[in-house]
Amino acid sequence: MKKYTNTGSKDTRSGFGAGMTELGQTNDKVVALCADLIGSLKFDDFKKNHPERFFQIGIAEANMIGIAAGLTIGGKIPFTGTFANFSTGRVYDQIRQSVAYSDKNVKICASHAGLTLGEDGATHQILEDIGLMKMLPGMTVINTCDYNQTKAATIAIAAHHGPVYLRFGRPVVPNFMPADEPFVIGKAIVLNEGTDVTIVATGHLVWEALLAAEALEEKGISAEVINIHTIKPLDEAAILKSLAKTKCIVTAEEHNILGGLGESVARVLSSNHPAPQEFVAVHDSFGESGTPSQLMEKYKLNSQAIVEAVEKVIARK
Amino acid sequence: MLIKCPTLLGFFIFRLLSTELSDYLCISLTITHTMKPNTQQLNDLTIQVRRDILRMVHAVNSGHPGGSLGCAEFIVALYQSIMNRKDTFDMDGIDEDLFFLSNGHISPVFYSVLARSGYFPVAELATFRKINSRLQGHPTTHDNLPGVRMASGSLGQGLSVGIGAALAKKLNGDKNLVYTLHGDGELQEGQNWEAIMYASAYKVDNLIATIDLNGKQIDGSTDEVLPMGSIRAKFESFDWDVLEIKEGNNIEAIISGMQEAKSRTGNGKPVCVLLHTEMGNGVDYMMFSHAWHGKAPNDTQLETALAQNPETLGDY
Repeated sequence: MKKYTNTGSKDTRSGFGAGMTELGQTNDKVVALCADLIGSLKFDDFKKNHPERFFQIGIAEANMIGIAAGLTIGGKIPFTGTFANFSTGRVYDQIRQSVAYSDKNVKICASHAGLTLGEDGATHQILEDIGLMKMLPGMTVINTCDYNQTKAATIAIAAHHGPVYLRFGRPVVPNFMPADEPFVIGKAIVLNEGTDVTIVATGHLVWEALLAAEALEEKGISAEVINIHTIKPLDEAAILKSLAKTKCIVTAEEHNILGGLGESVARVLSSNHPAPQEFVAVHDSFGESGTPSQLMEKYKLNSQAIVEAVEKVIARK
Repeated sequence: MLIKCPTLLGFFIFRLLSTELSDYLCISLTITHTMKPNTQQLNDLTIQVRRDILRMVHAVNSGHPGGSLGCAEFIVALYQSIMNRKDTFDMDGIDEDLFFLSNGHISPVFYSVLARSGYFPVAELATFRKINSRLQGHPTTHDNLPGVRMASGSLGQGLSVGIGAALAKKLNGDKNLVYTLHGDGELQEGQNWEAIMYASAYKVDNLIATIDLNGKQIDGSTDEVLPMGSIRAKFESFDWDVLEIKEGNNIEAIISGMQEAKSRTGNGKPVCVLLHTEMGNGVDYMMFSHAWHGKAPNDTQLETALAQNPETLGDY
């Protein structure tokens, strides 16, 4: 089995910025819109290299989503960028009517998702965005795990026709996916093969799942780790294939337990092969100020929490 | 799907030659812009559009006749005289003017004028608000209805979309214009003011936003619900070029005013047209009241209303 190692920690949002830089050079239909967060979203290069295709909207996210929808009429591929909270909750109806229901080819790119936004606290730490977005008919929902995968996803969604929600984060985290790993929307990646339990993780929790698998191996537990970067459409076949082998599942995500990846996986299980499942997620609460690592520990979103969930779910088999 | 059609003049000639109602209904009443219709023809079309609106909302006992009737002359003038349109519909609308209806609840007038301009069969108006129809209560792109480029209904979103489409035209080197229509009550939605601020700041000067200034909304007059003061002063303070069409239910006044609006584009400012209209125009008992914003006439009321607007081009 391939060993994934950290090749140098970076933030996922820089992967987004690198993807935008490349798209700027390769696809002249791509345009970018930002709501006063150019530096945070790493739009600097795109803006500098393609000023005519960059739109600074100001602190007006509803207008940004509407302008993006309008830009598709005329063949443009708009990428909007702001924090995840302002990309979704603040503009839900604009996305629902002007993007999703209107079938517009808008890429809603959201940084600073989840608790790892850190010190700014709960006003900015959205933990409901995956649920909001996955409920919209026709919306593709992607949550990437590291710099390389975020860059690859950014480039891949430009070639996909239809609305996409791309979720990534603020902090510097391990970069471990190979730079040449193809990004296929809706196709899960098995990172570690195992026989006792399936761990389905997304976003920042993928690295934690790999750490958990190592710790579990020392305890004699063989864990299969699946990097499920696309939450909608969900790779049900990959989940069921693994489940047939392991007979139990742990889902791990930096999101509310209600409405997130875990519930999507539970639906797949209950509709096909009911099996024990444990959820590593935020248990229906808001976040708070703190460092990312403090928050992930307090809210039980780290490798230790995954190990505990695995032991619990195996006992239920 | 799109019916290629003769000019309005051609249609009238055809109609004179036709003795069977069904004959002309089947090619029906679709009008291209290759030859611009005259005022009389536009007024006849407007009367027919009123009949469509009334019959559509009556048939399903729902929908919004008041604002639809108030904007009938404007939408007719826009599609038949003002806009540069292609005969066929495609979503991108390159090399033609675009229109976005932000106040989507006046879909009856939009659908009627689209059908009678040749975008889809006039007979399809009979499906309005019914199950499995492309003519949803509020407009949608979801069912590929030709002529509709954006869903609307949840208010306040159309100006942003229009700005985006106008920016795309600039990027594409397309000199055509983007038109939008908004209710005056709709301006109470905050997103409008984000868009109004943006459009002037970034000189989106290939855009003409028209406000249907009828002074009425669901719960009463706009002054009763949320007084907005001078809308003209507000747009001007946001650095828009504003002009008013005082007779917003007069075809000639609308055409003249919109020609003036077109002449002001390309000068570094977005253009706002304040269109003074009467909600429920053309049906005496619906005028001068907000009561018919979202209420359909009953059988007797429909009969009265249709009698005031005798058939001109033929009912669907």
